[in-house]
Amino acid sequence: MADPLLSFTERGIYCAAGDFYIDPWRPVDRALITHGHSDHARGGMGRYLATEAAAPVMRHRLGDIALGTVRYGETRRIGDATVSFHPAGHVPGSAQIRVERGGEVWVVSGDYKTEDDGLSEPWEPVRCHAFITECTFGLPVFKWRPQPEVAAEIDAWWRANREAGRASILGAYALGKAQRILSAIDAGIGPILTHGAVEATNEVLRAQGLPLPDTIRVTPETDLKSYSGALVLATPSALGTPWARRFGPASTGLASGWMTLRGVRRRRSADRGFVLSDHADWTGLNDAIRQTGAERVFVTHGYTAIFRRWLEGQGYDAGIVETDYGDDRLEDEDAA
Amino acid sequence: MKRFAALFTRLDQTTRVNAKVDALADYFGQAPDSDRLWTIALLSGRRPKRTVTTTRLREWAAERASIPLWLFEESYPIVGDLAETIALVLPDPAHVSDLPLNHWIDEIRNLARVEEPVRKARILDAWDRLETTERFVFNKLITGGFRMGVSRKLMTRALSRATGIEESDLAHRLMGDWTPDTTSFDTLVLRPDPAADLSRPYPFYLAYQLDGDPSSLDDPPADWAAERKWDGIRGQLILRGGDWHLWSRGEELITDRFPELAALADHIPPGTVLDGEVLAWRDEYPLSFNVLQSRIGRRTVPKKLLTEAPVILYAYDLLEWQGQDIRQRPFTDRRNLLESLAGSVPRAMPLRISPLLDFATWNDLAALRADSRSFAAEGVMLKRKNSPYRDGRRKGDWWKWKVDPLTIDAVMIYAQQGAGRRANLFTDFTFAVRDGDGLVPFTKAYSGLTDKEFQQITAWVRKNTVNRFGPVRQVTPHHVFEIAFEGIQASPRHKSGVALRFPRMSRWRHDKPMTEANTLTDLKEMLAAYG
Repeated sequence: MADPLLSFTERGIYCAAGDFYIDPWRPVDRALITHGHSDHARGGMGRYLATEAAAPVMRHRLGDIALGTVRYGETRRIGDATVSFHPAGHVPGSAQIRVERGGEVWVVSGDYKTEDDGLSEPWEPVRCHAFITECTFGLPVFKWRPQPEVAAEIDAWWRANREAGRASILGAYALGKAQRILSAIDAGIGPILTHGAVEATNEVLRAQGLPLPDTIRVTPETDLKSYSGALVLATPSALGTPWARRFGPASTGLASGWMTLRGVRRRRSADRGFVLSDHADWTGLNDAIRQTGAERVFVTHGYTAIFRRWLEGQGYDAGIVETDYGDDRLEDEDAA
Repeated sequence: MKRFAALFTRLDQTTRVNAKVDALADYFGQAPDSDRLWTIALLSGRRPKRTVTTTRLREWAAERASIPLWLFEESYPIVGDLAETIALVLPDPAHVSDLPLNHWIDEIRNLARVEEPVRKARILDAWDRLETTERFVFNKLITGGFRMGVSRKLMTRALSRATGIEESDLAHRLMGDWTPDTTSFDTLVLRPDPAADLSRPYPFYLAYQLDGDPSSLDDPPADWAAERKWDGIRGQLILRGGDWHLWSRGEELITDRFPELAALADHIPPGTVLDGEVLAWRDEYPLSFNVLQSRIGRRTVPKKLLTEAPVILYAYDLLEWQGQDIRQRPFTDRRNLLESLAGSVPRAMPLRISPLLDFATWNDLAALRADSRSFAAEGVMLKRKNSPYRDGRRKGDWWKWKVDPLTIDAVMIYAQQGAGRRANLFTDFTFAVRDGDGLVPFTKAYSGLTDKEFQQITAWVRKNTVNRFGPVRQVTPHHVFEIAFEGIQASPRHKSGVALRFPRMSRWRHDKPMTEANTLTDLKEMLAAYG
């Protein structure tokens, strides 16, 4: 029997046929990158390949790298393998990577969600024989509400705070979640201020043509009094710091899939938790896996042991791949 | 139920005391009487009897969610709460309704009288009528352990605001042996008959831990009285109308568990209420808490136990005298009355007075405190001489100044994820001491680290797991923690031969390699010295 098309090494997911890695966590010569989050796109690789839409953020974060780009759906021949990138719906520019050799197809999901967030290129199922999937939220307790419902909750919270003369400080990851919120909420409620890390990403994404409402970067000089009742978009780690106290009376919120769990909401001591994730929920994971038509499924980061057992019960040939990707715990700053 | 669920959500969404009181006061201002009464009951630890086992609830929830039971069981520890896990896995409700809290509590109580298939049908029907938060609340009502992040003090404050009744007066009205079946909102809160309940205790006054040492207090030592802090069961002994009652601090009637105290009714006149500590006692000396523990939880007390673990009331305050509530009189007056009362009780009776400590300076008191362990005491209590007996935990007039804990440096060997607020973090650890080349586990500890430290150790545990046993991970022995504890005793049930009281992590010893952790010999020496 021939070697498997993709193998799992200490450096990352490896394709011997094309001598490249996908989202490696140690320096390699050639890296194909699913998206720009720091646990998937790391520095130190010889060459990078990513989607055109992912490239600006990667350059912004990794500096001067040797980065080639592809369009979604475009095929590239690398050694004996053919590769193509397909929308993952996780954040703008994110992709699943399809690898083919002699009719055998494997897909690496990267991070993904199945709901169209109105900003990221919507997720598309890719038929394959073997599917390597994340399962960050691979438990039946994680079921998302539709985005418009969550956006309406955020709007109502912001309005009530504004009427009470309070700022609304919302913690969301700087790449993806923050912009998704910006594009989903009612920007007419009041001014929107941003933390520097959020605004830096906003600028990159605006420059590549993504429609985002106007925002104001908070600097030491910003006259906060003239923006009373503003929505303040910040990174989760900025909550509870002296930076966040500058806004005076404020209500704090966090937007994350983990906000499903009351324990996590309470531990984070934010006033409000909004259940909004850029990962697939239980239903999304199961639908996505079914639509790939794959018989073999490898689960990477998340509740891997439990999710694998579930998949086996559903008749899949399932395995676990140990990776170095973040578990997307709230403690991880960037994992979205 | 929507109003109650909304209250729950409002309380859950804030950590601010004032916002919680606002939410509750709004609720008490609007809800119907029967719901108000049940809410007071729930917030003071009274709940409907359990009528369905959690085993059945898990099975039915998994079935309704179309998932195998094992998957439900795996999800539960991650969520950290059974009621919440059920609420989350169930599909959206098909028919929503809005029946009052009272209705659902009756529904739960009525389940006791029906056969299991009917019980199941009713539970499934309820789940199908309630939204996620309402379901969670409903499940909590069934499984008990209902906490809403509201202390009794806050509930009383909110109720005071909604009714205009003085807070301390309300606190007293809400004490005692009532249930929503034996009273009404009107009788309990609005128009209480003070004579109706001769067993009713006063709210306990609880002390805060002193921050630092007493030199931080504004007033000089001469303004303060001090006693030792005893390690027993806080109790209020009530003698009224020829009968006697003993209440625990958790407002549980524990009269039957300490029958030897009945004899006191022959020597103390009716119309007397004493506050003190129930202690196991022999030869004018307290026995260890371990001995007292054998009496806790026993509703009937066999003769043998009465001889092995005899108790006394170690009284330290007098709240009612000659039928009068004297809590507003200064501590010194109450103390004088208490001493003269005790002087008239024969020495053979199970009553003693916790002696006042003699000190002129804070240094004197510090020396007395340092000696606490040789008196089987936990430290000292400070009480302002001119203070009234207040209700609840309040700063200012009473302080506890506990003795420094014992400590030992131990190696972390197992880790487990926490529950509830700490689900998703590794917070429950097993620690070992060195024994030759090996490690002997001797205690678990769950608390003492900051959230940030828990996050750090969680990341480390994920990367350094050597073995998994269900939810428990064996990790590479590496990290040393200082474990603080209040007491140590021999225990044949533990491999190490010792059991600790209140162990917690007091420090993460980044500075210590594993080879410098304490040994089993060190632990045994501590047992010999303090056990």
